[in-house]
Amino acid sequence: MRNSLAGLVSGMLFGVGLMVSRMADPAKVLNFLDIARHWDASLAFVMGGGVAVASVGFALARRMEHPWFNRQFPVLATAGITLRLLVGAGLFGIGWGLIGLCPGPALVALVLDPRPVAIFVVGMLAGLWGVRFLNQRR
Amino acid sequence: MHQLFLPAPAPTAFTPGYALVGGLMIGLSAALLWLSIGRIAGISGIIGNIFAPAERNWRLAFLAGLVVMPLAARLFGIAPTVHLQGSPSLLLAGGVLVGVGSALGGGCTSGHGICGLSRFSTRSIAATGTFMAVAVIVVLLTRAVF
Repeated sequence: MRNSLAGLVSGMLFGVGLMVSRMADPAKVLNFLDIARHWDASLAFVMGGGVAVASVGFALARRMEHPWFNRQFPVLATAGITLRLLVGAGLFGIGWGLIGLCPGPALVALVLDPRPVAIFVVGMLAGLWGVRFLNQRR
Repeated sequence: MHQLFLPAPAPTAFTPGYALVGGLMIGLSAALLWLSIGRIAGISGIIGNIFAPAERNWRLAFLAGLVVMPLAARLFGIAPTVHLQGSPSLLLAGGVLVGVGSALGGGCTSGHGICGLSRFSTRSIAATGTFMAVAVIVVLLTRAVF
């Protein structure tokens, strides 16, 4: 129950943050990436603000033995920089640069303007779940 | 080819104040999820693992919170505008690339970009640098050539 509440509050903050920062609008994202014309540096402030607060959170957590509502902090992936990581990031960058949407903003934009965004989200879910499914069968 | 790719871009206003406040909220969201239950606020990971029976509740709750706020914004008439461009086939292809890429790379702009950079993960720094650089090149190419 406490875990679900933590998820809900965190998700709500994330959703508001994406709308307030205008990052749910692909035009803002594409104009951030378009450094040659119409450059809109706003996204750098989103990343900067996000990393500033989150890094304080992660630093505080290092002094804790366990999270508030959980027994232990997980050990996160330490596989190093693999080809799979770089290929994945590259494919992600192509899709992000073509459309201007990534997973979080895509879900928010889906609610704001369902008709065109749904096509993107269908492809995104197929990709996300498809890779997971193939991984599990291997 | 003109129909397939995005038309010449319209400028958007530089909004550093809104961007910073929104960014602070996203950072707070990531910090809270890690401090409270020790989980990474990475959207692609949360969606990708939604069928895993273990820990489904907090993931469902997170996604519910994520979509309920834009719904509320619409109800109150304060929803921001979404300027999405691209043919249906391009939108579908872009979605597949984002989905496959974040599943292979183990994260997206939130998991690698916000959380990963905040905990100084070398994997996340490499991933974020890669997708940023590739996306810039893609935008320059599609907007310059087509």
